[in-house]
Amino acid sequence: MIGDGRFGEYGGMFVPQILLPALEQLETAFLDAQSDDTFAAELQELLEHYAGRPTPLYRCRNLCSDTATQIYLKREDLLHGGAHKTNQVLAQGLLAKRLGKSRLIAETGAGQHGVATAMVGAVLGLQTCIYMGAKDVARQRPNVYRMRLFGAEVIAVENGSKTLKDAINEALRDWAASFDHTHYVLGTAAGPHPFPTLVREYQRVIGREARAQILEQLGRLPDAVVACVGGGSNAIGIFADFIDDSEVALIGVEPGGEGLDTGKHGASLLKGRTGILHGTRSLILQDEDGQIQETHSISAGLDYPGVGPQHAALQASGRASYVAIDDDEAVRAFHTLSQNEGIIPALESAHAVAHAMRMAESPSAPAALIVNLSGRGDKDLDTMIARQDAMRKEGS
Amino acid sequence: MSRFATMFDRLAARDEHAFVPFCVLGDPSPDETLPILLALCEGGADALELGIPFSDPVADGPTIQAAAGRALDAGTRPQDAFAIIARLRETQADIPIGLLVYANLLEARGMDHFYRRAHAAGVDAILVADVPTAEAAPYLKSAAANGIDPVMIATPNASDDELETIASMSRGFTYVVSRKGVTGTKVTAGTGHHTTVRQLASYGAPPALVGFGISTPEHVRSACSSGAAGAISGSAVVRLIASAQGETRHRALRDFVSEMKQATR
Repeated sequence: MIGDGRFGEYGGMFVPQILLPALEQLETAFLDAQSDDTFAAELQELLEHYAGRPTPLYRCRNLCSDTATQIYLKREDLLHGGAHKTNQVLAQGLLAKRLGKSRLIAETGAGQHGVATAMVGAVLGLQTCIYMGAKDVARQRPNVYRMRLFGAEVIAVENGSKTLKDAINEALRDWAASFDHTHYVLGTAAGPHPFPTLVREYQRVIGREARAQILEQLGRLPDAVVACVGGGSNAIGIFADFIDDSEVALIGVEPGGEGLDTGKHGASLLKGRTGILHGTRSLILQDEDGQIQETHSISAGLDYPGVGPQHAALQASGRASYVAIDDDEAVRAFHTLSQNEGIIPALESAHAVAHAMRMAESPSAPAALIVNLSGRGDKDLDTMIARQDAMRKEGS
Repeated sequence: MSRFATMFDRLAARDEHAFVPFCVLGDPSPDETLPILLALCEGGADALELGIPFSDPVADGPTIQAAAGRALDAGTRPQDAFAIIARLRETQADIPIGLLVYANLLEARGMDHFYRRAHAAGVDAILVADVPTAEAAPYLKSAAANGIDPVMIATPNASDDELETIASMSRGFTYVVSRKGVTGTKVTAGTGHHTTVRQLASYGAPPALVGFGISTPEHVRSACSSGAAGAISGSAVVRLIASAQGETRHRALRDFVSEMKQATR
């Protein structure tokens, strides 16, 4: 290993010994590819012509127009696949080919990362197998259909809590037996080294574009960059190129679920304790013995008891700050953005929009901020319809 | 001399190998574990390898995952696991006891605290399933300071350098896996461990116990023929625990261990 994958006291590679050579091989291939123009050119071509980069930076015409704040949206929702996930999965797919692997495996919660991986498996001609918690399979049927449409095998994981964390466990178990011919496309900037670094570098394009776009449109850097944080890949992707700009506040928004005091949330950075989960030391929602707790969020993509180790380090150093937005407030932002701008945000991204609105309405409102609109909300319509029906029933 | 070293010497003098059953403490409930462990001892186990249940056991296949799930559902906490071992020690003073755990259980209250409690309960050795050589240094230090032998896993895909590192880090015994993947008997033991065992010995590693996919006397004989000091069987034991209750369960465990032990002679 060349790096140790540490971010302050966080990070590392806490995996069974059998996986160490696979991680070493991946690190080597990743570093080689980073300095290989051919790799960069092929990725660039796919990002432009297949996925639709660059994505626009859009200044909201109506949202918070009665405040002193201009809100810019980085439109990752317009990326092929409907979310930022495509950026890094395309890159990992190319990396898998470079390693001579013929099969991709991935975990998925809501199904977005699974869909992105299945899509990339289809376009790059790689066999694809997606692990998904049995509970998620039942509640995300359209995405299961999409993955199978792309030719992927979808395996319902019946272990543990039958959700995202168990899907990751199962993918790691598969990889421990299959790494000779299989690449594990981890879906977020968490997991063992080199994944947090690799995923950040493949998502860095979001911030690189946004920074150039805001300089062109506004003539200066924004006062703040706001992004939702589950595992943290869209946030680290848009933060990365702004970390050295000390005048730009970096704000991550965690899922507050039913409230930080209810225990039903996914706010690992705000409420977690240092621990080791899925190969990395980070802040983890756990009980006093170290057993991992189940999380809750209306947005399945933020429903994860851990978080990428670099976010834990950015919080510890004070360079980034993290807040929580609960389910109700995220839902309100989902409606507000739809009604004001004709853009349906993913429920994940709606957490970031909600916090941006809060900032705009505060006495110390910033003049300009960028929100990473990490995904589109079409996938959430079933959830929103069910919620509306439930509320009607309650009301009647 | 440590309990593991004493056991290996005693067996070597008799030209025997070790048979080591594994089960999860608290499976199916904390109250049922002590008689299960006693049945394993009565059957002729040379040592015990015991798991403390963890919510996310990534190195384990479905059988041992389910065992951990049952133990957690029954309310088993690390303190209960240590209490069971302390009770066992009241009658089994000499049998070597190894633990197989996950890093977050050590992280929760600090590794010094964990190793100290384990030692106090009568544990000899601890393998942390998700701490590979690259992350092992602080664990080795804390284990040594608290009287625990840190056990490392040697895998068939490890390079020579890696095996040398494993050999230098491991104490008590070296856990050799005979194949890739996770625990379980769906894929039976491979033969990849023969070279591994030889190389480990040449690097001065502590005696090798072969695990993963060992469920029949034939597997035990094959493991022992590689030059290993013995074999560990987990999923097969756990299945027996799940398939019967009370005295029927204890008899099945005694018979299984006795049959597997025969194959080490």
